[in-house]
Amino acid sequence: MEKQQFIDELNELLAEEFEVEVSTIQPEGSVKMTLALDSLSLIDLVAVIENTYKVKISGQEMMQIKKFSELYDFLYERIEK
Amino acid sequence: MNRRVVITGMGIYSCLGKTLDEVKESLYNGKSGIIFDPVRKEMGFRSALTAKLEIPDLKGQLSRSQRVYMPEEAKYAYVATCEALKNANIDMDYLEKNEVGLLYGNDSTADAVVKSVDTMREKKDTTLVGSGAIFQSMNSTVTMNLGCIFKLRGINLTVSGACASSSHAIGLGSLLIKWGLQDCIVCGGAQEVNPYSIGSFDGISAFSIRESDPTKASRPFDRDRDGLVPGGGAATVIIESYEHAVKRGAPILAEVIGYGFSSNGDHMSQPNVDGPSRSLQMAIREAGIDIRTIGYLNAHATSTPVGDRQEAKAIFNVFGDHKPEVTSTKAMTGHEMWMAGASEVVYSMLMMQNDFIAPNINFENPDEDSAKLNIPNKRVEKSFDTFLSNSFGFGGTNSTLIVKKFVK
Repeated sequence: MEKQQFIDELNELLAEEFEVEVSTIQPEGSVKMTLALDSLSLIDLVAVIENTYKVKISGQEMMQIKKFSELYDFLYERIEK
Repeated sequence: MNRRVVITGMGIYSCLGKTLDEVKESLYNGKSGIIFDPVRKEMGFRSALTAKLEIPDLKGQLSRSQRVYMPEEAKYAYVATCEALKNANIDMDYLEKNEVGLLYGNDSTADAVVKSVDTMREKKDTTLVGSGAIFQSMNSTVTMNLGCIFKLRGINLTVSGACASSSHAIGLGSLLIKWGLQDCIVCGGAQEVNPYSIGSFDGISAFSIRESDPTKASRPFDRDRDGLVPGGGAATVIIESYEHAVKRGAPILAEVIGYGFSSNGDHMSQPNVDGPSRSLQMAIREAGIDIRTIGYLNAHATSTPVGDRQEAKAIFNVFGDHKPEVTSTKAMTGHEMWMAGASEVVYSMLMMQNDFIAPNINFENPDEDSAKLNIPNKRVEKSFDTFLSNSFGFGGTNSTLIVKKFVK
């Protein structure tokens, strides 16, 4: 899968799950702020990614991911293409 | 302190309707909310009969982060509570500035528990159950959710007393107000409606198997009854002190004048006559009324052979020659269990406000004990100003409420 296609699909998934407009998801935007995640709903982000892409993200890794671009890079390296 | 306790708002979400008006129409016309659910048959149920209820879609009304903690019973309770608060003229501004309490009956969260355990077993990863599972799975899920959503700041407690849960919730709430510990409490009861929640109940052969005729299956007090039909939803009743209601200009609908309770101290599932009789007597004693002023009795009667017989005996023991109309609205709703105490107060209130008694549908032939009571199977057009509502539960818990039209 091309990276841009992957990003578009991930953005759609996150917009649907967290009920935000897909246009608000920008590469340099904050994941937590954009998706309105608190310490509990951050768990749902981990779960939806793991369920969809079969990629497990540890709590420590999640703490280091601030921007969507970092999330894209982290996941794209690990997904089956 | 001995303050008067009044009802100022009601809300309901049941198989008889999603609003008070819809429910009133169903009661008036003796309309059953019972169906045959083929999914249950495929799951191996002995009886696939159930109340029909849609889970409300609250998207647009509540945020994702609010909804994710809510199992279906909390959603029913939210809808019923919105209606009750609106009718009581209580808005969010009022709730944020005053100490309003919350006592709600609930005694299961089976669907949430089963789903999260299934996920853990399949995925071997607890993270994948998601953030909502713990809050949906706790028995206090309804009060947790309503307390946060409505920003309630008084007592916040789930009452778990089996099928008497929400009757006890109203009764206990009335005592807190009577004693001056709270001014206003959101009371009610909720009941999940899904196969997992009542599969084990089906397993002990408690349900009617009259599957060929679903609307005839729940037949409290009838000689040919063969078990209950499970139902559910939620009902909310706003209670407050008379002084508090007057001070804020609230509509006063009725007064809670008696709460009685008892425990059978006997069998897990088989009710006796002594426990319910004592609950009835205590409520009447607390109300300080002559029983002849009670114009209607909403029975617990669930359509089980033993339960209805014992209740009929208890009612006859207490009421003797005074024979107010006795009906069980469970003939139409099925057994709404944790919700039943509150919903049956709402049903009885609707009848009292509109001068009728809903029929005990499907009551075709009495048995030896129900023959001693006055059980109409057709609607009765009648004005009455006091009713009594019974709720009994597994383990032998009993609750009785007496409600009267408000007179200043």
